[in-house]
Amino acid sequence: MNLIGTWIAVGLTIAIFSFLYRDNPLYKFAEHLYVGVSAGYWVIYVWAFDVKPMLIDEFLRQTGFEKWILVIPAIFGVMMIMRWISKISWISRWPISFTVGMAAGLGITAAVQGFIIPQIQGTLLPLVSIGASPGQTFSQSLNNICIFVGVVSVILFFYFSIEHKGAVKIGSKVGIVFLMVGFGASFGYTVMARISLLIGRLSFLLNVVGIR
Amino acid sequence: MKFLKLLSTIDRRIIYLAVGLVVIIPLVLKIKMPIRVSREVETAYETIENLPPGSVVLISIDYDATSAPELTPMFRSVLRHCFRKDLKVLYTGQLAIGLPLAQYDLDMVTKEMNAVYGVDYVNLGYRPGGVAVMLGMGREIRDFFATDYKEVPIDSFPMMRTIHNYNDIAVIVSLAHGLSAEYWLQYVVSRFGIRMFAGVTGVVAPALYPYLQAGQLTGIIGGLQGAAEYETLVGKAETGTFGMPAQSFAHLMILFFIILGNVGYFVLRRRQ
Repeated sequence: MNLIGTWIAVGLTIAIFSFLYRDNPLYKFAEHLYVGVSAGYWVIYVWAFDVKPMLIDEFLRQTGFEKWILVIPAIFGVMMIMRWISKISWISRWPISFTVGMAAGLGITAAVQGFIIPQIQGTLLPLVSIGASPGQTFSQSLNNICIFVGVVSVILFFYFSIEHKGAVKIGSKVGIVFLMVGFGASFGYTVMARISLLIGRLSFLLNVVGIR
Repeated sequence: MKFLKLLSTIDRRIIYLAVGLVVIIPLVLKIKMPIRVSREVETAYETIENLPPGSVVLISIDYDATSAPELTPMFRSVLRHCFRKDLKVLYTGQLAIGLPLAQYDLDMVTKEMNAVYGVDYVNLGYRPGGVAVMLGMGREIRDFFATDYKEVPIDSFPMMRTIHNYNDIAVIVSLAHGLSAEYWLQYVVSRFGIRMFAGVTGVVAPALYPYLQAGQLTGIIGGLQGAAEYETLVGKAETGTFGMPAQSFAHLMILFFIILGNVGYFVLRRRQ
């Protein structure tokens, strides 16, 4: 069974790679198979992990009055499906509002507590940081100055309430440099990630044919 | 002139072929390269290394097949490191499809390290809810994971008798290919003050560096390079280390094509 699975994986990998030469029926087959399997997987996922254990099984398991609280999410779920019926699609706005409100509440707390405040604290650094050696003092201080200049200049770049001229223009230009370096680093990492995936797939193929 | 025009209009299939070859050849020839360990991987390693025996490490599998080549070697190395240090491992995840995928690696490493299920590690499985599950585990793990992945009550395992919430967990390790690592940081680390490091894909790594600089993360294992570095520290070379020569040659090839294309473009523009 494992052997069959492995060779199916080999065939599908080659079918997907064949797109690099040109679009072809083999690629189309693999692509459609992937879309179909993904859709099927999510249907089963929602049933097996959400609806059955958390709603149906839980309703049957509980005995007290609290079990009836599960009717509320069940109704919300049905209301969400109303989106498909154009005449009463407005009903779906209620559960959406609930979801948006809950997500916003959770997100705002996390953003303030877990991102904004710790990041501001992390930016409030001494411009001259004394290290164990002169070299360390220099590198730490340079690092802190870079962070300070980077944060201030990038904020200036996104500050649109005043016209960008004079010192503000120079500051925002410096901000562009920091942004470009950031984008470059992200792009470099992305290239590395994609090559890693290629290495993973090619290693798999070489393993199957016994070369590695 | 014709050559310069050719440089700036190289057929993409030639580039694919060249990149494919520079990846395959080092893999076939099994070329080895020295691995230099970066500071962020070293601090991640030290986070585990400095834990006293018996401490609990929660490993969250927040990836699936789309990023397994980068994250699987990290998972194996971190797991080996934990068992070597006689730490207890709680295995869970934020992606339903990721846990069965990593189960193969879990079985392989636990067998290799003679780790006993229920004593050295427990597979909590997956529960939907994302952030709600993360936050709820801070109160009581049993509220969401009363049973393990095989529906066995977790109280029947010796290891779980003293583990109730994040107060009983020393470190969280999120192996993520998406936003999950940030969710762990923003919802759990900031609220419960637990230590955490992340093993992430190359695409995600740059977004996590601000957290490292602010001290919210104790380390980052970024991409296949990070995996190779962690393997070096653990002393067991695997797919991360073996993939590094191919990665390096592919990067050189891409740089070569970028320079070639730009030289062709600029010289041609000047002549025109």
